[in-house]
Amino acid sequence: MRRNRQKARGWWLLLVFALSLIGCGRRETRVEAGDREQILYKGNGGEPQELDPYVVTGVSEYHILMSLFEGLVSEDPHDLHPVPGVAERWDVSPDGKVYTFHLRNNAKWSNGDSVTARDFLESYKRMLAPTLASEYSYMHFVVKNAQAYNEGKITDFDQVGYKALDDSTLQVTLENSTPYFLSLLLHHSWFPVHLPTIRKYGDPYQRGSKWTRAGRFVGNGPFVLAKWRVNDVIVVKKSPTYWDRDRVRLNEIHFLPIESGETEERAFRAGQLHVTESLPLTKVDFYRKYYPQLLRIEPYLGTYFYRINVTKPPLNDKRIRRALALTIDRESLCADVLRGGQLPAFCLTPPGTMGYTSHTQLHEDIAEAKRLLAEAGYPDGKGLPSIELLYNTLEAHRIIAESIQQMWKKNLGIDVHLVNEEWKVYLDSQRTLNFQICRASWIGDYNDPNTFLDMFVTGGGNNETGWSNPEYDRLIAEAARTIDPPKRLEVFQKAEAILLDELPILPIYFYTHVAAQRPEVKGWYPTILDNHPYKYLYLEPSAN
Amino acid sequence: MFRFIARRFLETIPVLFVIATVTFFMVRLAPGGPFTTEKSIPPEIQKKLEAFYGLNKPLFQQYLDYMGNLLKGDLGPSFKYATWTVNELIWSAFPVSLELGCYGLAIALVLGLGAGILASLRQNSAVDHVSMSLAMLGICVPTFVMGPLLILVFGLTLGWVNASGWESARDRILPSLTLGFFYAAYIARLTRGGMLEVLNQDFIRTARAKGASGKRIIFRHALKGGLLPVVAFLGPAIAGIITGSFVVETIFQVPGLGRFFVTAAFNRDYTMVLGTVLFYAVLIISLNLVVDIVQVWLNPKLRFE
Amino acid sequence: MPEILPPSTPGTIRPAETEVGTSLSRDAWHRLRKNRLAVVSAVVLALLSLASALAPWIAPYSYEEQNLAIRAVPPRRGHWLGTDALGRDQLTRLLYGGRVSLMVGIVATGVALLIGVTYGAVSGFFGGKVDVLMMRIVDIIYALPFTIFVILLMVFFGRDIRLLFVAIGAVEWLTMARIVRGQVQSLKKQEFIEAARALGLRRRRIIFLHMIPNVLGPIIVYATLTVPAIMLLEAFLSFLGLGVQPPMSSWGLMVKDGADRMEECPWLLIVPGVTLAMTLFCLNFLGDGLRDALDVRASKD
Repeated sequence: MRRNRQKARGWWLLLVFALSLIGCGRRETRVEAGDREQILYKGNGGEPQELDPYVVTGVSEYHILMSLFEGLVSEDPHDLHPVPGVAERWDVSPDGKVYTFHLRNNAKWSNGDSVTARDFLESYKRMLAPTLASEYSYMHFVVKNAQAYNEGKITDFDQVGYKALDDSTLQVTLENSTPYFLSLLLHHSWFPVHLPTIRKYGDPYQRGSKWTRAGRFVGNGPFVLAKWRVNDVIVVKKSPTYWDRDRVRLNEIHFLPIESGETEERAFRAGQLHVTESLPLTKVDFYRKYYPQLLRIEPYLGTYFYRINVTKPPLNDKRIRRALALTIDRESLCADVLRGGQLPAFCLTPPGTMGYTSHTQLHEDIAEAKRLLAEAGYPDGKGLPSIELLYNTLEAHRIIAESIQQMWKKNLGIDVHLVNEEWKVYLDSQRTLNFQICRASWIGDYNDPNTFLDMFVTGGGNNETGWSNPEYDRLIAEAARTIDPPKRLEVFQKAEAILLDELPILPIYFYTHVAAQRPEVKGWYPTILDNHPYKYLYLEPSAN
Repeated sequence: MFRFIARRFLETIPVLFVIATVTFFMVRLAPGGPFTTEKSIPPEIQKKLEAFYGLNKPLFQQYLDYMGNLLKGDLGPSFKYATWTVNELIWSAFPVSLELGCYGLAIALVLGLGAGILASLRQNSAVDHVSMSLAMLGICVPTFVMGPLLILVFGLTLGWVNASGWESARDRILPSLTLGFFYAAYIARLTRGGMLEVLNQDFIRTARAKGASGKRIIFRHALKGGLLPVVAFLGPAIAGIITGSFVVETIFQVPGLGRFFVTAAFNRDYTMVLGTVLFYAVLIISLNLVVDIVQVWLNPKLRFE
Repeated sequence: MPEILPPSTPGTIRPAETEVGTSLSRDAWHRLRKNRLAVVSAVVLALLSLASALAPWIAPYSYEEQNLAIRAVPPRRGHWLGTDALGRDQLTRLLYGGRVSLMVGIVATGVALLIGVTYGAVSGFFGGKVDVLMMRIVDIIYALPFTIFVILLMVFFGRDIRLLFVAIGAVEWLTMARIVRGQVQSLKKQEFIEAARALGLRRRRIIFLHMIPNVLGPIIVYATLTVPAIMLLEAFLSFLGLGVQPPMSSWGLMVKDGADRMEECPWLLIVPGVTLAMTLFCLNFLGDGLRDALDVRASKD
């Protein structure tokens, strides 16, 4: 008997010992190893569609491209103001229409070739090639004749406002003076590409050239593409040929395409990531309370709003739209529901965008809303047919919609029923105006109020409300021509005032970028476009 | 036997043809296309994009082009992941799903068959109720709850494994468990049911009366008949397991094929949808063939079909 | 008509005058009643269904009433099962959600059963070319992309919740058919079926009166396994826009929401999860009881 018990005990001990071996000893986490070796692990959202800068449209692709390419200008890490990139310096003509860029002579591609003005010329020819059908070609339309060339109205590229005066001088002639031109150059549609490489693997003026694979890729940025495994990881390594390589302290960056926010957060907590792309709504409070030093909440250039289809009754009556706008308790939404530091939006353009803050602001006023509703013929909401609110399926959108639905029901007696559609169906419905009210958002392409306000010109592709106002159109066109910055902002003020009077949209909140980040990531500063040039980043673990 | 397999093979071709055709037209009917994006594209650009991918040709022409390429084994370029072809994507993702699927299947079979047989032998005992309750738990706790729960306990709290990823050998453990547990529950219940059906029959009683031992009864007499319902279930189950589970792959960040099934539909990546559907169809048909053969082996009475 | 009579209880001799005629179903009912686990399960299920059906009258709050001041709180006075992120009472939402989930679960399973069993039985019984054709059709439907199918359903037929049943039924009957076919194929060769055929019974009668009752075992087991899958499938369909629209919820959706907040608000997962599990356990025990009761060979003597 006793020997049996001893044997049993022996087995138990062995089991415990074996189990402890599995978990024994704190293994070094991946980020700790990365800290030592200056390898940054960054969560990057969805798997990139492509790594060709002229063919991609998403933010996750842009974050990778920023490491592989450098444009004429680069950005200051603190506030993103344009600093010399491939161009050492530039001159602007007095009328603001001609920019002359002087390229540095030690800028090199990753295969050793020098970066010349001709490279930029050929790159932009490819970018605007009608056959390439680049979705972002409109970013170049500020350049003389660029739109005409892209639309096939002229076929001689020499007529477009780009000229290579010599190997290291590029001259760009604009259609009008464009005060925000330099900040446009930060966009990936302005990066140069290495034509010889593209030619080697396909037709440069058509899609489908497979030059972006690891091993074939040639870029001019601080890093080069080392590995690309779909849905797994993209690894970039420090470039030995980059002109400013002495400033680059990171050795490698691993971009992890983790699409699920919850999975990404768990990976972060397990020490597999230094930085995440986002943070789920449900976790923000948790981090705020227990790990505030790991939580990053930064203002982001974007607005969340509801589009209204103004072509169908009853919402073609602007009094009803105004009543809806005045009844949303934005403060409560941001503070109680979203809880991610978002700011309530009482106008469309985020405040402080390139120095512009809209003077016209909405305000919450339930009494006024009730009055307007009654004036429109529906006192206390009686007689108003049920209104449909469309959103694409996502937890955050649903929760906001449910809150607002309640606010409208409680205060105005209006019956709103919620409809969710899967992403593509929702986009299709939005585009074909097959909705009454629909959830929308807009992230600025560049840091200027124009990116928000020019959406709503008559027939604009991103208007999608059916709203048309000739005075508004006139003002936006005028702003594009106005050289003097303060005068230009004044024009925008007038335009936004019209927008906020007619209300084809209901602004709800201004985005913040919410993510988790480890404290050893240095050289990272909050910026409104969430751009953090990698050449300034480094990892410095504090003595723990 | 060979005639049986050859006949099946011949039947498969029209089946695949129908699947490809129906799916081809189904995806194109759904609203939204591969190039419908949030920031709207100027119509001329949209037209050129569609021209490049052949989407501007008449629908029937596109169909013929696709079927022509299909016969050559070319599944086309992915519309969403512009630099890869569908063949490349499936080729890189399937081995991962296969590996994960094999581990999951092994766990499912060992746990499921073991629990099911044990429970059927001791019907209505404590062992029966406990194991079947655990099995039911495996069915009611969906993978999107079980996965994060396991990660929470073993990954984040105890720190024994990573929270996600597919790099080290250790990364295989949790996803395999999550996948396997789910199927184990089904296998356990079906096995128990099937075994009970057989164990209560007269010929088992005869064997017992003749003094055959428990093990002999199970393996020689009961198992073949008892496994019939499980085997019928296993055909589609195995196909499902090795083509990957969208949920498990998303939770554990496994670069497998399962994700593509769902994301391709959401992205309206027409070629990817067709590619994954056909791939899955071939697997399912092959596995059902195997299942039918195994069923005949298990039940000799079916042999002269 | 040779009927298979259940054996009489051993040890007793029934006097001819007092012998009460008994039938298959009455015996089954008698056996079921004796199975205490099954009876308890049936009662619990009935209570749950009743509570859900009476939700509009017995629920303490409205299912959409938000209380942003308190947001998510664990169970306490006034909110016996806690509240969700928008301050809505969980108990109320559970009761209302039950209406959707129970209805979907039972109706959709019923539809899948009806189609699947009939289809599989016919296919297995006839064999030959009929069987080949029918099984190939199953293969085809199995391979088609479900997500796209649902999206198309919504496009062409709108968002009627009855479409939910169609969508779910269209998917779940397939494996059932295959299982039944397998069973029927093996049953076909048994002597009592050959006897029935020899007697010249119509095929429809053989299938429905003799075969199906004898394959009920695996059918019931698989049906009880299908119900949880269906309830969770409903949550996926809501993601696509088919199914309940907010602010209404269902148990599947509540479990999904709870899973997202597992660490911060565990009660949001535990409450619907336990309810779902309890329903399924009861269905399971009831199913086992039914199977035992109807199994003519299971009588122990």
